[in-house]
Amino acid sequence: MAKSALLKSSLAKKYWMALTGLFLCLFLVGHLAGNLQLIFGDASAFNEYALFMTTNPAVKVLSYVTYISILFHAIDGIVLTIQNKKARPIGYAKNNAAANSSFSSRNMAILGTLLLVFIVTHMANFWAKMHFAEMPLQKVEVKVEGQEPVLIYKTVQQQAIPVNAVEMGQLEVKGTQFFQPGTDLKVADGYKDLHKITVEFFKNEKTGLIATIAYVLAMVVLGFHLSHGFGSAFQSLGVNNPKYRGCIKGLSFIIAYVIPALFAIIPVYIHFFK
Amino acid sequence: MNLTLKIWRQSNAKEQGKMVDYKIANVSPDMSFLEMLDVLNNELIEKGDDPVAFDHDCREGICGMCSLFINGEAHGPDRGITTCQLHMRKFKDGDTIYIEPFRAKAFPVIKDLVVDRTAFDKIQHAGGFISVNTSGNTQDANAIPVPKHDADRAFDAATCIGCGACVATCKNSSAMLFVSAKVSQFALLPQGKVEAADRVLNMVAEMDALGFGNCTNTGACEVECPKGISLENIARMNREYLKASLK
Repeated sequence: MAKSALLKSSLAKKYWMALTGLFLCLFLVGHLAGNLQLIFGDASAFNEYALFMTTNPAVKVLSYVTYISILFHAIDGIVLTIQNKKARPIGYAKNNAAANSSFSSRNMAILGTLLLVFIVTHMANFWAKMHFAEMPLQKVEVKVEGQEPVLIYKTVQQQAIPVNAVEMGQLEVKGTQFFQPGTDLKVADGYKDLHKITVEFFKNEKTGLIATIAYVLAMVVLGFHLSHGFGSAFQSLGVNNPKYRGCIKGLSFIIAYVIPALFAIIPVYIHFFK
Repeated sequence: MNLTLKIWRQSNAKEQGKMVDYKIANVSPDMSFLEMLDVLNNELIEKGDDPVAFDHDCREGICGMCSLFINGEAHGPDRGITTCQLHMRKFKDGDTIYIEPFRAKAFPVIKDLVVDRTAFDKIQHAGGFISVNTSGNTQDANAIPVPKHDADRAFDAATCIGCGACVATCKNSSAMLFVSAKVSQFALLPQGKVEAADRVLNMVAEMDALGFGNCTNTGACEVECPKGISLENIARMNREYLKASLK
């Protein structure tokens, strides 16, 4: 009995829900740190970060843990919700649930489903483009005194590759790499311009405003989900004790309100001020 | 006071029930809620109708027998009391009061407002006890030192009367507040530590098998519990269970 207890029992499902949820909170902190470069850093800093996040082996391992956590958290949540619905086949004619529990705590499944929809569209908009789509490479304007400014490609190897050199056929671009024309002699690697994609996404004349509003609303949903979820994870793992409660409450405030608010500020800043 | 009562009527476990409206006049604010139902039943019996079946026993808030989901809350709108301790002064003249049985798959309705809560007994049988030698040379309980802090918390957990308000209130019909109180009252004391691991594993397995839902930490149970059993007990059960499963 004890052997299957950590997989199948009601409490085990809560442990897994809590562990995956807390890991995803950590992921949010890392993700936010990168995103804030859209406000505080320049395009180069953001694109360098994006390249690091898609190529670094340690990050790759973490990213797979993140994908698995999202899937497991969602599937576990669905299983729990179905079981919980089954536990009360006939509902109440009148249920004054607001008298004894918070809105968030009663609607975690709905909030979570909305977040899953957001995550899928968000990944289609940015993650999938970064990983699989043909992306523009980052160009930088270089000014030399007394001369016309020149557009060059920014490269990992810190080489200056003038844009017109490529246009005139002196160099060939395959994916993100620059080659001597007609050969497989690689000259340099360019940077996928995720910064440009992101800024254009939120500044798009037709859809930019809708995208910005949808993103902000998604962060409101995230705030509600985390306002219950973060503290709840500790309770599920058995950490609920007057000794730690203050600390968990403080952290919960930061995770549930400060982090989604900072995420939400970024598209608003891009749409209106960039 | 004149009141409209909307009461769940169901003639037996198999029959489909429905909400039925009753008018009741001249209700004294000093009556208890159950006395008000007694008056209603007198009127129904005089008219030759079937009286409303509801559970009750001690009527002083200690036996855990009375139930009722009143106006959307287990044991009614007041805090820290059972239905038998609820008084009609909590309601106003002209009020409509919804009276429903505790709802859970594991608490099937027997008749009207009476539900079968033997599921709680089954969970208790699975591990809510300590094995003591009763052959005549039992050790004096007071001979075993217990820290005051632990004794207090064990006592707080032991004040659970097993009424089932936690299950009725929980949106998932989870019995975790009840089970955690029963696990805690033993886990905190030296006499309970001997069987602690088996106890928590067996009681949780029984709880799952009986079809209670999973806790999502809404905290509704703690608010509606007539004895104020704390959510800290659920956290303790989670710790105990984790410890026991890793053994």
